[in-house]
Order: sequence, then C-alpha cells, then structure tokens
Amino acid sequence: MATAEEVAKAAERRDVRDRWLLSAPALLVILFAATGPLLIVLVYSFLTPGAYGDVKWQFSADAWTSVFLERDIFDDTLSLAAAHVTIFWRSIKLAVVTTLATLALGFPTAYFMATRSEKTRDLWLFLITIPFWTNLLIRTFAVLQIIRNEGIVNTILLKLGIVSAPIQILYTDTAILIGMAYVYLPLMVLPIYASMEKLDFRLVEAGYDLYATRFKVLRKIIFPLVKPGVIAGSILVFIPALGAYVTPSVLGGGKNMMLSNLIELQFGQGRNWPLGSALSITVMIIVMAALLAYVRNAGKSGVRHG
Amino acid sequence: MASNFSIKHQPGFTAIAATCFIVLYLPIFVLVVYAFNAASSTSEWGGFSLKWFQSAYQNTQVIDATLRSFQIGAIAAVLSTIFATMAALATTRTASYPGLTFKYAAINQPLMVPEIVTGVALLIFFSRIKIFTGYSGIGYLVAAHTAFCIPFAYLPIRARLENMDLTLERAAADLYATPWKTFRRITLPLLWPGILAGLMLAFVISLDDVVITEFVKSGGQDTLPTYMLGQIRRGITPEINAISTAFLLLSVAIVTLFFFVSRKRD
Repeated sequence: MATAEEVAKAAERRDVRDRWLLSAPALLVILFAATGPLLIVLVYSFLTPGAYGDVKWQFSADAWTSVFLERDIFDDTLSLAAAHVTIFWRSIKLAVVTTLATLALGFPTAYFMATRSEKTRDLWLFLITIPFWTNLLIRTFAVLQIIRNEGIVNTILLKLGIVSAPIQILYTDTAILIGMAYVYLPLMVLPIYASMEKLDFRLVEAGYDLYATRFKVLRKIIFPLVKPGVIAGSILVFIPALGAYVTPSVLGGGKNMMLSNLIELQFGQGRNWPLGSALSITVMIIVMAALLAYVRNAGKSGVRHG
Repeated sequence: MASNFSIKHQPGFTAIAATCFIVLYLPIFVLVVYAFNAASSTSEWGGFSLKWFQSAYQNTQVIDATLRSFQIGAIAAVLSTIFATMAALATTRTASYPGLTFKYAAINQPLMVPEIVTGVALLIFFSRIKIFTGYSGIGYLVAAHTAFCIPFAYLPIRARLENMDLTLERAAADLYATPWKTFRRITLPLLWPGILAGLMLAFVISLDDVVITEFVKSGGQDTLPTYMLGQIRRGITPEINAISTAFLLLSVAIVTLFFFVSRKRD
C-alpha cells in the first residue's frame, strides 16, 4: 500500500505534468514563430551571402566583421565602416532622445492624471489609452500631415509671418524624433501613472511639514517612489524606438536611415542576408543589455511605501 | 498662501499635461477632418464630402486588404486567446514548480525582441519552409500573428485568474463535480471577462501590425496596414485619410469595449 506521502507526491507530479500539457500549445507556437527563428538568424549571420539573396552554406565571419568595419577593395585593409557607424549612432541617439523627451512630457502628465479625483482619473486614463491602441502607422501618418511643408504647422507659421518660407521638418532627423516621441508617449505615461497612482501623499505632506520646497519634494520624495515606473516606461520606449521601422520609413524619407532600414536593405536590394542577420543580432544584444540594466536596477531600487 | 496651499500642486505640470493631451489628439483630429475634404489635396479645404470614403470603398485592393486583415486578426486572436487561457491556467494559482519561470520568460519573449528582428527571423525561417513545402498561403501570417498575440492575450487573463481564489473550485470538487465540469461551470464563467479582454487585445494587436507582416507576407498578401504603408511611401491622397478614419473608429470602438469589460467589477 502506498503511504499518504507517496499518494500526495504522485498527485503533485501529475499536477505539474498537466500544467506542462496545458501550456504546451502556447509554448510551441512561440517556439515555432518567434523564439526558434531567432536561433536561425544567429546561424545565418555566420554564412556566406548567395548571389540572389538567401545564403550559401559556407562558414564565414565576414558578416560580423562588416557590421562595424569595411574592407578596402584595393589594398584589403580594414577600416571603420563610416556608414554603419553613422546609422548605429543615429539610431541610439534618436532612441535616447525620444526616451528623454517622452519622460519630460510623460512624467508631469502622469502626475497630473494621478492627482485627479478618483472618478475623473478613469477618464484621463481612457484618453491616454485610445492613442495607445490606435494603429501606429495611422498615428505616424497623422504626424506627417501636420509637419510637412503644406501642413498645419507651417501654414500657421507662414500666416503669422513668423517664417517667410516653410520650414523643412519632414524627412529630417527632427521629424523622426517628433514622430517617435508622439507615438511612444503613451508607453511612457502608462507605467509612470501606475506607480504614481499608488503614491501615498501623506509622505508629500510630511515633506512640506518639514519645510521642503516643491522641487525638493518632487526630487526627494515623489521621484524615488515612482522610479520603478519611470524605468519601466523608459525601457518600453527605448526598445521599440531603437528598432523603429515605420516612423523612419514614413517620416525620414529614404535618406535618414535607422537600424531597421539598414537591416531591411540587406534583405532587399543589398542581398546580403548574413550581414542583415548579424545586424539584427547586434540590435538584439543592445536591447538585451538595456533590459539587463533595467532588471538589475529594478532589483536594487525596491522602494517600499504605504 | 497657507490657506490654499495644495500639497499636490507642482508648478507647470498641469500646463505640460494639457499640452500633451492636445498634442496627442490634434494630429488625429486633423487627419479625420481632411478625410471629409472635397479637394483632392490634403493642404486646402474644399468643402465637406464623403467622396474619399466612397473611393476607398470602391478600391478592390483596399477591400481585399481589409478582409485579409480581419481574417488573419480573427483567427490569430481566437487561437492566441485559447492558448493563452490554457497557459494562464497552467501558470497561476500554484506553488512554484520546475519550469514556471521558464514559462513566464517564454510566453513574454515576443515582447522583448524588437519587431524588426522577429520580422527578419521569420522571413528567413518561413522562406526555407516555403521552398521545402511549396505552400505559400496566409498560414505563415496567421502563425506569426498568433505567436506575438499570445503575450498580450495572456496579460488580462492571468491578471483575472490571480484575483480568483480556489474556494469555489474546491467546493465544486467536494460536491463530486468532475474537473471538466468544475472548469466549465465555475472557472470559465468567472474567467470570462479576462478572456474577452484578452481576445480584443489580441485582435487589435494583430490588426495593427505592420513590421512583422511586411517581412512575412508573400506577394499579393497585403493587410490593410501594409497596403497603407505602401501607399504613403508613394505619395499621399485623402483616400488614406478616409481609410485611416474608418480604421480609427473601429479601434476606438474596440478599446471602449475593452475598457468597460476589463474595468467591470463583479
């Protein structure tokens, strides 16, 4: 006869097995159409490009060398690939500035929302949620219509006589920046708001009782308490901004490439799938580094309140 | 000053918040207004007209792409919601067991990778399968959409499950209900709002996707967003405004519904 302990253990094993069976379909689909193919990208980055796209099954580290370096066709020396470095630098710069811009705008907005009465808070949340769920391409297109030379911004500036000729914003880095800040703003506001909503304002009151200035209260009390939300928001904006495809394609014109456009080029006209793969992996490494920094930071700043 | 000193006030914050909300809605507002413009350019106002909606409606490419978007969105949303529900049941309301953390990481993985990288990965992988099997239908798009919709569908379902304790299920089991009967009569009805929210979220996410679809689709498999991207790159006509407006209305309707479903307390 089995002891009660053995029966309980068998039941537990059965439970764990059932739980694996239940999660199997989701895990398999993700393995097949998301995670698994990433490994193939890694393999492809070490192969030789085929003449008409795709690859030849021949090992080569050329793709990885040419992520940042280029070989001189005459004397075979390696030098820094200026074009790639420029695009990497532009993408990282634009992603960082976008993150900072959305933070500067999003933090006060989240604060404003969280300090409303409980009833109206839902309405403000709803108003921030709508753009969040509206198609990104449509929102980018909406920005395009505002900032182009015949758009409303230039029309108003011209009518007011502030400028004599329309300012060329479209197809510049500024346009990409405006577009990204616009489309990713809700991604910054929502997590900050989630932290801010839980903020205990008695702590703020205590700060004022101890003669803190408004700025000091903001810097020493409010900001440290909502820091997890700020970090989450920054990550949520930085990752898609770094890999942004739609915004630079629509607002940057063909010239101001970002990483995603460079990658796409390798799979299109460039016909260099291994290089495209190596670039993709590089983007992923940058993202993973950012995520890792986030996880470590979030672990450290486990501020508790309430 | 002491009498009306508000501890919640921060100078300039309200002004910035107001600017944010105006800036968020102004471009969308302008886009919608110009959808009703009679003039054929989007820089001057030529009076009210519905002709761009009519022209979009008569454009077979638009209708074709719209139907494809709905078809992929519906299948991907239903599949991902079913799989996400099962996964949520398997990963909540339990003591930690071997593999639980792995499951969380695996389910959320599509959220951690930039879309462009997933797009490229699927392009490579599926092009191999296409050569191997000869099949080039919309199955690839459905598979890709289902995969990246799973983490989104999983979110509200898991949240809902975590707020449900096991008391009722235990009571049902005590009264000799079979596990299936307990699930159907107790768990499922209680979980339903979460499942519905997950379904809508997944549908919207699928409908909105541009990047992954752009890389996975074969010739003649444009969805509405990839069709629109192609048009915008070629130059803009108010017809795109009209399509966007219709699309916008649909999104707002779904979000509103989602908001009420997920906010509803029982």
